[in-house]
Parts: sequence; structure tokens; C-alpha cells
Amino acid sequence: MKLSIVDYKSGNISSVINSFKEVANDKVNIEVTSDIKKISSCDKVVLPGQGSFKSCIEALNNISGLVDELNEFAINKKKPLLGICVGLQMFADVGYEETETKGLGWISGKVSKIDNQNGKYKLPHIGWNEINIVKDSKIFKSIENNSHMYFVHSYEFIPADNKVISATTDYSTKVVCSVEKENIFGTQFHPEKSDKTGLKLVNNFINL
Amino acid sequence: MLKNRIIPCLDVKNGRVVKGINFVDLQDAGDPVEQAKIYSDGGADEICFLDITASNENRDTIYEVVKETSKKCFVPLTVGGGVRNVEDINKLLNCGADKVSINTAAVQDANVVVESSKKFGSQCIVVAIDAKKNGDKWDVYTHGGRNNSGLDALEFAKKMEDSGAGELLVTSMDRDGTQIGYDIDLMKKISKKVNIPLIASGGVGNLDHMVEGIKEGNASAVLAASIFHYGTHSVIEAKEYLNSKGIPVRI
Repeated sequence: MKLSIVDYKSGNISSVINSFKEVANDKVNIEVTSDIKKISSCDKVVLPGQGSFKSCIEALNNISGLVDELNEFAINKKKPLLGICVGLQMFADVGYEETETKGLGWISGKVSKIDNQNGKYKLPHIGWNEINIVKDSKIFKSIENNSHMYFVHSYEFIPADNKVISATTDYSTKVVCSVEKENIFGTQFHPEKSDKTGLKLVNNFINL
Repeated sequence: MLKNRIIPCLDVKNGRVVKGINFVDLQDAGDPVEQAKIYSDGGADEICFLDITASNENRDTIYEVVKETSKKCFVPLTVGGGVRNVEDINKLLNCGADKVSINTAAVQDANVVVESSKKFGSQCIVVAIDAKKNGDKWDVYTHGGRNNSGLDALEFAKKMEDSGAGELLVTSMDRDGTQIGYDIDLMKKISKKVNIPLIASGGVGNLDHMVEGIKEGNASAVLAASIFHYGTHSVIEAKEYLNSKGIPVRI
């Protein structure tokens, strides 16, 4: 099995790489790449993302052919893809961080700032929060409801169709923290930094 | 519900722990990687390394430490001490740090915070404020507490939030090392002034101090070194105590 972690020069992805290497056994060949040929021939893709929605989209677009290849991989070939943090947010049609920016449009919806209720909630939402699993998702196999995951973000993905939501977390509102649409998976939290529970999720994705 | 965090801090000098855990059987008491792993296995919500390497020629030792730790610990890792510019931040992040804390450089030039938060995202930029009470206000100190910048800590905290800091690590120099508790008044005032999370530091001597830091100081997280270093309490004991006082923690 070949798994690609997309390195599109946006933010720090060493923690993502470390966690996948920790979990993967010799059967999994992990490649950290932005090479569209390599992505095209692999079985699974991880799309990390740090920084702003706008900067991540721009960084993706800066690599010629990358967005087309990801579209081909996730939408046409329907191979498993996991987006993490802004990686998940980019699934949306549009994001409003810094300025209005068009997303990948894989899962209809928008990305807006979490309502801090006039300062009642500090932003970024940083730390460990419980996830409420609302849909049996393959990536939650043997992960208990109300498990803790590590979050760090100020913006939230609001999907148009609630059916894609697999987990939420309580912070000001019910923040969508995990989605699943056919072969496309995403987590707003960071499984790579969520201790043993997070590594379980990484393992579940590898074993899909 | 978002949980309050407990963050053990390890002082690292020339790549070796100088103030860490000394109450368990360690193969190598100076190995920061082993100590960080003990903390993360023991329920630490994050790990903090404070690099106190004084000489420039040994500066690079911290990069190796971070690289090895991030391969073994899967909770967030914050690294601070001697961070001078955007390039230093870049290097630490590439080695596997999740957040970098900036102290003197942020006081000298707020643009370091502006640029780095734009480049890497606010989520990984922590500004460490060393504050000391002079009269009825707190001044910001730099260079490990040696120099008084003359800046007002509350104003500076606000300025750092506006510059793009994702969190503030506030240390009371009056309390640091005293074990008589956090400077609650300082924590409360800064926490009220800004809308980003505050990590309280300096002065923890017992678990009630942590409770006070969170309940009265409104800190999102509490950082401690000595209380864990001298084996007074383990991280999990601290969490159970906080939990018994109605503070939400990850157990």
C-alpha cells in the first residue's frame, strides 16, 4: 500500500509525518510529496493544512497540476483521502479567513470564524476537547464516543448537508470536527497530536 | 467541553535536561527525549522545552532534541528559549515542534510575531511574557529576566495579540521558583485584556495553586516545572485533583 502525505509547502507537517510513520508497519510505503505522478499512483492521500484557508489554497494552486490531480484522486477515482485541520476546511466551496477564497468544493459548505459570543470564548480554540460521534465512521473504529482530541483553530467548517458530519465538538456551538463523504474523510482536530486515540484514528485510515 | 491543560516544562541546556524529572528510575536522567516521553505517557496535555543554552556554539543541540522527541511523543510540543527570528522558528517547526515561544525577540521587534504568525499561522506562535511587579504595574523583562524593557505587561500582551500571537505564556518573575503560587492578579488582568488563551507560569508549589490559576486567574492552561521535577506530584495526580475541584481536564 502506498500512502502520500501532500507536502505543498504550507505549514509544518513533520508531526503528521511522524505519526503516520509511527503507526505504519512495513506494508505501508509513506511518501511525503507534491509530485503529481506519485500522488496519482498511490492508494491513499493525506492532506494536511496549517495557517489560513487562503494561504493553504494559494499554496495548493502554486503547484502546477496539483489541484487537478487531487480532484482526479478524490472525486473521479474515489480513493481514500484524509484532510486534517485546514486540509478538511479546504473541502468546502468557500472560506472567509482573511478574504473570501474559493475552496476545493468537494463537500458543499463554507468555512467561517467560530462565534466567540462577544469574548466569552477565547480564540483560537486550543486544547483537548471531547468529540461527539454522530455517525459511524470507519476512521472512528474502536474509538469511544467523548474521546479527547487536540484542537487548534479559529474557523469552522459548516457543511450544507448535515449527513456528512461524523462528529462534533462543543465550543461556542456544535463545531463540526469530523466529516465523511464516501471516500473523503476529514478531521478538524489533529489526530497526529492526539496521543494514543489520535494514533488509533491514523491507524484506522491506513487500514481502510 | 474544552479542557484546561497541564503542561510540564523541561529546562534543557546543551541538549541535556537540567530541571526535569528526578523521582523515577531513568536510564539517563539528562535525556530530554526520555523525560518528555514519561510526561506524555503520564497524561501531560502538552510538553514544553525551555532551551537555556547560553553559548551560541551549542544552540543547535535543541534541534536534535526536538527532532527525536517529536518521533516519540504524540502530544503538542512547545519549544522556547533563544528564538531570535523567523528562521529560528522555521527550523524548530521543521524539526517537529508544534509551537514556538518567543520572548526577547518579540519585545525587541513585534514584526517577528507579525511575520511568523502570517507565515506559519497563529496556532504555532506563543509569546512568552516575563513580568515583574514594579509599584502598581507589571514591567516586561527580557534576556531571561535580566533586562527591564520598561513596557507595561498588560499593554504588551494586547499588542502581541494584535500582532498575531495564538497564545500567551505569562510568567511572574516575582513568583518564579518561590512555590508560593501564581501571581493571580497578573493572570486575571492579562486574561481579561486579551481574547487569546493564557498559560500561567511561575510559582506553583501545590495543586491548589493550579486550581487558583485556572479558576481565579482565568488561565486556559497551567505550566509547571518544580512540582513535577521534585516528584511532589505526578501529572495524573494533578489532573485528578483539578477534576475533584470541578475543573474540566482530560483524564
